[in-house]
Amino acid sequence: MIKLFKVKERQREIAESANGRATVKKQTAGELRLHKDISELNLPKSCSILFPNGKDDLMNFEVAIRPDEGYYLGGTFNFSFQVNSIYPHEAPKVKCKTKVYHPNIDLEGNVCLNILREDWKPVLNINTIIYGLYHLFTQPNHEDPLNHEAAAVLRDNPKLFESNVRRAMAGGYVGQTSFPRCL
Amino acid sequence: MADSTAHVSRSRDLDKLLLRPGHLVGPTFEPGPELRDDLRKFATVLVVGAGGLGCELLKDLALSGFKNLEVIDMDRIEVSNLNRQFLFRLQDVGKPKAEVAAKRVMERVSGVNIVPHFCRIEDKDIEFYNHFNIIALGLDSIEARSYINAVACSFLEYDSDDKPLEETIKPMVDGGTEGFKGHARVIIPGVTPCFECTIWLFPPQVKFPLCTLAETPRTAAHCIEYAHLIKWDEVHSGKAFDPDDPEHMKWVYSEAVKRAELFGIPGVTYSLTQGVVKNIIPAIASTNAIISAACALETLKIVSGCSKTLSNYLTYNGAEGLHTKVTEFVKDMDCLICGPGVLIELDTSVTLQKFMDQLQEHPKLLLSKASVKYREKNLYIQAPPVLEELTRSNLNLPLFDLMGKIRKDIVHVTGTTTNNDKKTSCLRKLRVVFKGIDGATDMDTAGGA
Repeated sequence: MIKLFKVKERQREIAESANGRATVKKQTAGELRLHKDISELNLPKSCSILFPNGKDDLMNFEVAIRPDEGYYLGGTFNFSFQVNSIYPHEAPKVKCKTKVYHPNIDLEGNVCLNILREDWKPVLNINTIIYGLYHLFTQPNHEDPLNHEAAAVLRDNPKLFESNVRRAMAGGYVGQTSFPRCL
Repeated sequence: MADSTAHVSRSRDLDKLLLRPGHLVGPTFEPGPELRDDLRKFATVLVVGAGGLGCELLKDLALSGFKNLEVIDMDRIEVSNLNRQFLFRLQDVGKPKAEVAAKRVMERVSGVNIVPHFCRIEDKDIEFYNHFNIIALGLDSIEARSYINAVACSFLEYDSDDKPLEETIKPMVDGGTEGFKGHARVIIPGVTPCFECTIWLFPPQVKFPLCTLAETPRTAAHCIEYAHLIKWDEVHSGKAFDPDDPEHMKWVYSEAVKRAELFGIPGVTYSLTQGVVKNIIPAIASTNAIISAACALETLKIVSGCSKTLSNYLTYNGAEGLHTKVTEFVKDMDCLICGPGVLIELDTSVTLQKFMDQLQEHPKLLLSKASVKYREKNLYIQAPPVLEELTRSNLNLPLFDLMGKIRKDIVHVTGTTTNNDKKTSCLRKLRVVFKGIDGATDMDTAGGA
């Protein structure tokens, strides 16, 4: 191995000029796996995706969900996705950017979805997360609440829940909280 | 001469390894004083991290005859480091770890030269890492290891028979510790598995459901994470939580205490708060010493060939008694980071579309509906429609131009392939080499650019 030290110096100089390898930024395995997930996206009509930083930054993107059935029919809800370099070892960070009256999404935008935290597995992908988010709107559940009041209303008085959701989406008040219009 | 006599007596133990033949030596081992002097004069080792493992590594390597060391660490010294990062003293708190560590070892071991780098590993140009014969890692995160592994494996080149070219191999020795447990592993890119080949070894991180934190906390950790993940945003919306800011950490601690009182949960302490928020397990000096010693020894063995190297993953558990085990993990031939990939030779006139058509016919790939990525550029993406439209115009351009007119480089493709009549998606690494470009032409281009 030692003899190679002196040989290495000469070879490195030759290799450097042949490859012109001077870039600073290093590609991560996470970016490669994300590239695969994105190129295989098969989104339903109700979900759309956009890349605010252009086609070369897939690590930060936004997804808009327009439920076509259920309590939230007609609303548009935006989510931000942040993927890091060790994806898929770690789940992407997803936050809801639209203030919404929902038992599983709090007013700060935190989303209670099991596959985003305790049930994340590297075999899951961006498609599965988006489907999971979509189902939060078609099947909200009062059993994993982040918004206690909304969960209680859904459980005890679904008709009131329905009208609260409609009022919030139209840009009104539910209790003391005001919601921006998202219809 | 007085100088060489001093060296001979100081390296008495090292001489036993380097000056005598043996039965367990490496294949290219040539015992003798020239080997010992070459080690001093030519061998350069980079130590990544100047913390628990880094301090021990610098000491061990300096005392093992290495005279040219460099150390890189982005952190400053804190009081909690002082129980084991023995190169630091109370008056050093606040100073950069790399600089103080280098200075202390140079004071105690005459003849050694250590260059400190007070910066992040990502701040260095990739070529910086190519100057070293071996990189010894004393890191504390998956991200950092993944990064250095990707950099070291990026130097690796293969010949046309998919064998690694020896002079492009950049060996790494990686150590890690957590309480009473630790590991030391040898990574020879192209020969042993790299860090990504075995990343599946890591268990998933412990993450509590947000609703448990919000509704039904049962443990002290739940209360702490509630304050950290939920309450912080409610009160400081917009402001990012900084785990290294003691004011932020104290706020989380006081909120966690309030929540714990509300639910009658014992056990919230400031040090538990730091541990849960920063994912820290208390560190023990002896574990760090044991693992660093193993790493320094492997470094010496790899560089000198004085003994067979660890093959290739050692685990240590000192929780009850002392247990070590060495496992020989196998390289993943399809690894995107260290694998050879499939060799593709092309004319410079081939367009991106034609390249993708060739992938469909290539016997080792049979890849259809391809998406192509070159370095940080997405050359063509099949889906979603918004990205397909943005990259469609590249299809008619020569791949040679899209790759910056370089003679050869790595390209990644993803798509659908058929395996035993079953369609599966796959992600493959390709070694693209353009025909008709010789070395002389490239040197001019590289110089001009």
